[in-house]
Amino acid sequence: MRSFEYARPETEGEALELLSEHGGNTAVLAGGTDLMNLLKRDVIQPDRVVDIKNVSSWRGIKRHEDGVLIGANVTLDEINEHAISADYRSLIDVIDGIRAIQITAHGTVAGDLCQLPHCWYFRNGYGLLAMKDGESLVATGDNRYHAILGNSGPAKFVSASRFAPPAIAWDAKVRIVTRRPANVEHVSNVLPANAKKTEHVENVLHEEWLPLEYFFLTPKTNGQGVTVLKPGQVITHLWLPAASDTRSATYEVLELNGLDQPQASAACCLGLDGGIVRHAKIVLGHVAPTPWIAHEAAKWLVGQQLTSDIAETAGRMAVSKATPLSHNDYKVQMAQTAVKRALLKATNQLGEVL
Amino acid sequence: MATEVKVAWGPRKDNKFIGKDVPRLDGAEKATGAAKYSADVNPKGCLYAKLLTFKGGHGKVKSLDLSAALKVPGVKAVHAFVKVGDEVSWDGAMIAAVAAERQEQAEDGVRAIVFAFDAMEHFVDEDDLAGATKLHDLRTSELQKTFPDDIQKLLAKKKDDLTDDEKKKLDPFQKQLDGVSRIKPLGDNTQGDIAAALKSAAVVHKGYYGIATISHMCLEPHGSCCEMDGGNKLTANLSTQNVSGTAGQFAAPLGLDAADVTVLCNYIGGGFGSKFAAGDWGVAAAKMAKETGRPVRLMLDRATELKIAGTRPSGFADITIAADKDGKIVAWDSHHWGSSGEMKGGTIALNQFPYVFDFENRNRKATGLMTNSGPNQAWRAPPHPQLCALTDTAIDDIAAKLGKSAVDVFLANIDRTPEKLQRTYVAEIKRAAELIGWAKKWHPHGKGKDGPVKHGLGMAIHKWGGGAGKGTCRLKVHPDGTVESFSGTQDLGTGTRTAIAMVIAETLGLQLSDIKVRIGSSAYPASGGSGGSTTIGGVAGPNRRAACEVLGKVFDLVAEKHKVDAATLAAKDSKIWSNGKEVCSWKQACSLVGNMALEVQGEGPKNDGLTTVDVGGCQMADVAVDTETGIVRINQFVAIQDCGLVVDHMTAKSQVYGSMIMGIAYALSEEQILDNKTGRYINADLENYKLPRIGDIGELIVEMYQPDSEYERGIVGLGEPPVISCGAAISNAVANAIGVRVPTIPLTPKRVLDALKAAKA
Repeated sequence: MRSFEYARPETEGEALELLSEHGGNTAVLAGGTDLMNLLKRDVIQPDRVVDIKNVSSWRGIKRHEDGVLIGANVTLDEINEHAISADYRSLIDVIDGIRAIQITAHGTVAGDLCQLPHCWYFRNGYGLLAMKDGESLVATGDNRYHAILGNSGPAKFVSASRFAPPAIAWDAKVRIVTRRPANVEHVSNVLPANAKKTEHVENVLHEEWLPLEYFFLTPKTNGQGVTVLKPGQVITHLWLPAASDTRSATYEVLELNGLDQPQASAACCLGLDGGIVRHAKIVLGHVAPTPWIAHEAAKWLVGQQLTSDIAETAGRMAVSKATPLSHNDYKVQMAQTAVKRALLKATNQLGEVL
Repeated sequence: MATEVKVAWGPRKDNKFIGKDVPRLDGAEKATGAAKYSADVNPKGCLYAKLLTFKGGHGKVKSLDLSAALKVPGVKAVHAFVKVGDEVSWDGAMIAAVAAERQEQAEDGVRAIVFAFDAMEHFVDEDDLAGATKLHDLRTSELQKTFPDDIQKLLAKKKDDLTDDEKKKLDPFQKQLDGVSRIKPLGDNTQGDIAAALKSAAVVHKGYYGIATISHMCLEPHGSCCEMDGGNKLTANLSTQNVSGTAGQFAAPLGLDAADVTVLCNYIGGGFGSKFAAGDWGVAAAKMAKETGRPVRLMLDRATELKIAGTRPSGFADITIAADKDGKIVAWDSHHWGSSGEMKGGTIALNQFPYVFDFENRNRKATGLMTNSGPNQAWRAPPHPQLCALTDTAIDDIAAKLGKSAVDVFLANIDRTPEKLQRTYVAEIKRAAELIGWAKKWHPHGKGKDGPVKHGLGMAIHKWGGGAGKGTCRLKVHPDGTVESFSGTQDLGTGTRTAIAMVIAETLGLQLSDIKVRIGSSAYPASGGSGGSTTIGGVAGPNRRAACEVLGKVFDLVAEKHKVDAATLAAKDSKIWSNGKEVCSWKQACSLVGNMALEVQGEGPKNDGLTTVDVGGCQMADVAVDTETGIVRINQFVAIQDCGLVVDHMTAKSQVYGSMIMGIAYALSEEQILDNKTGRYINADLENYKLPRIGDIGELIVEMYQPDSEYERGIVGLGEPPVISCGAAISNAVANAIGVRVPTIPLTPKRVLDALKAAKA
């Protein structure tokens, strides 16, 4: 590992100041479960690592009438043990699937959302897009774990986040702050009610509440990131709308029955009325450079009685536009199954599966 | 003449330790972290070394300058493994090492090295026989065209027709051709009449099978901490399976006398056949220690450990197998290929194919591929796991084609297995079938219940030698009654220490705590490397013999002092007895030896019945396969294993459990993935080199096959055999579950889904 400065701020203002220096070539250390790997493999070379664990205003889970505010420092174990876990089953499904104490004790949802791709070309030093002499290594190389959707551009990796699919399905928002105003794309300035007050607001020059589905980007160049975050910016909180009687589930296809990266996943939120779907949102993970929202399948579900056959069809619709690469056709089947099983799981209809 | 104590193992029923469940004596040390592994050795003033490795598939060194590394703060020494102009032929090949005060400084030093290479053509697909052949033909014909006409003519001649002069003339050109070669024919041979047998067979099956290369993936990577004492004495704390056999490998390149090199290894975190040598990394550490006068620790990083510290070669095969209506196999015709890495063009030995069985009509052929993949090392029972995975799967497929249970077809062909193992196989197969509930659970391939999750059963059988290795020991009986055993062996985590103590305690009638076992130093009497499952026999024999000899001497002293007939004496419960009457305590007896300890040497192996050779073994797997995700899970996995006389029943079972876990790993998830595009070992990390987690293991059921006839055979090694059948048994269970053969092991979700899709098409 290369040398870097280590900073441990205690307030939001300090954190933002520390992150904005060095031209923003800084890294956020929350749980560190991805950052340490990136540093050890020399994939990123930040001048400063800012340990945010002591920023008290980014801790804690706060329930509001119309939703829940989760600080960036909240660990997966804290969510799992909190009363909200009963309402947001699809998030707990992911935590259950992690099966590694080290990750659940240290890891945070905000950190998971900011994970860099696990693409083995990227992690072996070929750059985010793994281009060599103007050619994509992924396209003709070993792409068994790569994208089957949204892969027509240079980015063929898959989004690494495990919590993004369920959180997007919940219409989650993230609070992004920066010391200087930054051009945040697709910004929605609608603040969730009751979540308006933040500490040390005087230090914050710019604060955005962004629907999570607009947080992820598919880069066109190595210089672009995988999220809207600009140098010096950080996610401080996650906002989940009130669960009311929405049903949710995530289904991850995990090869190993322990710590492993899903090969495909799907999360859904369903509003049901007498067994009839009134509202549906389906988001796939690990199949495209960003979390992948299956709009058509979700729309088609509305008005249907959610049976096994209907779930199967929805799964097929969700992957109907898939463009598998040379070695990952199998992932189409996996993704389709993940959608079907997430829908069945959310409605307590899932039978014996492995 | 001293009284002779009978060396042969005593009656089974009289044993206090032998054959019982004895926990490892060093368990607490390991569990608490008190045990120091080579990677833990951290002497004062130690420097830490890091490696610069090649990141490509194949190249030629264009420039290499280490001087900038020496200017990095904290860096004390550098070492080059290659020079300008050298070819580096696989990802991870070592370029240079840097030793510094701190690990981070060593990494900074590595980054400061100026290294460049010209990329050369790589070929890494070990399964792609056609591609390798095509490339081979293209490159050799291109090269041949550049040769003088007379050379081309000579090359066109048959090798047998060449004169010695012509051969000599051709030699340098042949070497050039070898340099661009990608395939190597490794022979073929036939017995019986294949064509006739195929014609008369009731069923014929043609199949393609494969087993991927895996890395040893030792938890403790390869490496050492080397320390010089003055200018000419070296202590190498080496993570090794070969304590007594490595000193010379350090001495020669360092210009030291082998007698001045001490190799130490008290604990080792896995070797599996890959840790017999000092390694270039070991020699580099020693050289830098010599140069700096400081201890130097060089343990491989995880990626390098995966890439170059040892792999088990791949194997792929086209097999035609035929049987009569009763399931008797009448013909076997196979062509297998694969790569053993290092551009050597090796693959699994031809003459062991098919595995365990030898069929009357049999043809076999082998071709080696020269791929840009890292060095192979012996991997636990080489190359039996691959042989078994390619043989027992084909047998299972012919059984399926007949609509018969694999158990019936294996039993129908037992007469084609080695004669001395036949009875054992039958007993083991029947017992395994009982334990897994074969009769009740079995269904024809693909004919299980409805739903996405399918269940299936599979089996395989194996064999191994496991004779005693060469070994000596020195046994000391101190005047206070304590007993010390010295030998330059090693405990690979297999319970060697415990087994030695058990053998001595059993022989002398003492408690385990009375025995001090000293191993892990090349300064002790030489004992063989731990390979081939030879250690248990290699240490139990010499220690038993030495203990018997020393006991005879003690008996003589007791006989003289207490005026009893030495021939009537026995040692039991820390006392000496004469015809069932207590004579004196062990301590009192030992006080008769005088001031100096009694000391004897033990040797082995000997043909005195303490140890023997050859085991069988049978495994059966009960798996579930999710046909919509391709995920395979183990429900139950049964192993029945013979190994002659069992020294420590608990440790023996533990060996089998460990093997089965390792077997599940290579059957389901772990493999070396070489990327054709970059030539890189692209998954050389613990995220993508997928080892099973505890939840993947399922229920393991182990039973040692232990009729009295096994006890009477004497000791046979056990470390390797139980890892052999795992791949085939699990693959067969998957085929039984889904009705489709997933041809290549490991059976990843991708391969399962791909096979299901191909079967549908």
